[in-house]
Amino acid sequence: MKPQLADLEQISSSARNTGSELSLRGVSHSYGELATLAAIDLQVEAGEVVGLVGPSGCGKSTLLELICGLREPDGGEIAIEGNAGARDRLARCAFMPQRDLLLPWYSAIDNAALALRNQGMRREPARAAARDLFERFGLGGFETARPAELSGGMRQRVAFLRTLIAGKPLLALDEPFAALDAITRGQMQEWLATAVRTDPRTVVLVTHDVEEALYLCDRVVVLSARPARIVAEYSAPVRRTEKRDAAVTGAEFAATREKALQSLREGSR
Amino acid sequence: MRRWVLPAILLAGLIGLWQVAASTGALKDALNLQSFLVPSPAEVAESLWENRALLAENAWVTLREMVFGILAAVVVGVGFAVGMHRWQVMRDAAYPLIVASQTIPVLVIAPILTVWFGYGIAPKVVIIALVCFFPLTINALDGLRAVEPEAVKMMRSLDASRWQLFRRVEAPTALPHLFTGAKIAVVIAPIGAVFAEWAGSSAGLGHLIQSDTANFEVARQFATVAVLSALALALMALTVLAERRVVGWR
Repeated sequence: MKPQLADLEQISSSARNTGSELSLRGVSHSYGELATLAAIDLQVEAGEVVGLVGPSGCGKSTLLELICGLREPDGGEIAIEGNAGARDRLARCAFMPQRDLLLPWYSAIDNAALALRNQGMRREPARAAARDLFERFGLGGFETARPAELSGGMRQRVAFLRTLIAGKPLLALDEPFAALDAITRGQMQEWLATAVRTDPRTVVLVTHDVEEALYLCDRVVVLSARPARIVAEYSAPVRRTEKRDAAVTGAEFAATREKALQSLREGSR
Repeated sequence: MRRWVLPAILLAGLIGLWQVAASTGALKDALNLQSFLVPSPAEVAESLWENRALLAENAWVTLREMVFGILAAVVVGVGFAVGMHRWQVMRDAAYPLIVASQTIPVLVIAPILTVWFGYGIAPKVVIIALVCFFPLTINALDGLRAVEPEAVKMMRSLDASRWQLFRRVEAPTALPHLFTGAKIAVVIAPIGAVFAEWAGSSAGLGHLIQSDTANFEVARQFATVAVLSALALALMALTVLAERRVVGWR
């Protein structure tokens, strides 16, 4: 199941730096009798940040797992840079689960460097690579802290860096800020907006927060209740900036948010 | 402090009560026995001192049996747990048998194993391992199953091999559970050791207790039991120390 070195080397270095395109054609999935996804068609360009919004339990997380190659869909095809096998996708995606799931037996930096260690890098060079990002992303000084000593926002940053350091062209984020309080969530959204701008990747972000999706993403896809299908798509009303408050209070943003919420309500029925 | 002081006071109080009951003759009258059959704590202490060489010699025999037995149980228990965690077929096949094996009384299999393996250390190690491997296996398996499915997905997505998943996530998650099993194993190991020695032996604390029963050496029996308890407590303390060192993140 583990992606082989050959798979990893196939990923072009330009794709590593800017992301790679993702295409879903007629993707459907069910758990036994329970149909979760119905014929999803979606095209994501390289470097694009796409938000998936939908009611709770609609199959957003399943869709993310399918994209990452953690499962194969029952029907349809998912391809990244034209590669449709689960192992090919696994090699190209880094999955960030809902909860940070930092390993308590490792320091913050060893948690962040986990992917490099898995890829066979020795401990010291892996730490050195992670240390560089710690400085850049406001975690300098917390390298040796245990996860239990970090605040919720800090833990989420380490978890995101762990995903970023894997060097995959596509990042799959599953409600990364759902567990945070409103103030920390706002700060983390600004932080992520900056991170994605300075280190561009293709990002698929699952959330149930329409505002978060519209602020962070280039494009927001609204899914219906189970079995999920795409009910609407919205382009981001503003370019991503780190000024969240200004961005989300603009008239155009508010209008798009209301329309998106309306689609979400209609799709929930 | 309180954790040590309170049980120490309670123990001292109980020994004091026993001392008074035995030295005034109240205990032997109540039991309607001769006084040498109802020794006081002071007489037990005296026996402990007088027989120190004999007790140390036999304690060494029993300690070795227990250490080897527990180590064998750890190896077998972890092996079974990892196997049952890795292969569903093995879990389905072996789990009911492992539970059923615990319903067989040690008292019954100890003599059989002695017939098979002789009077040396081997049957003792097997019997101790047999009583100890159950809590170790079950706790280690629980520990391995306590891993979050999301953590497995995260590791797979971060290019972890099966071995790396075990080494970096499953094993550390299971370790605290394994230590819980080890603490139970250490406490029941002396019971296994005594039964094993009763089934056939030429030395050991259990053997000493058995021969003293025949000779009405009650004071020395109490002294032997005290030594056996001290061994078990020492092993417990070692286990707790090891746990603190190994599972330092808790």
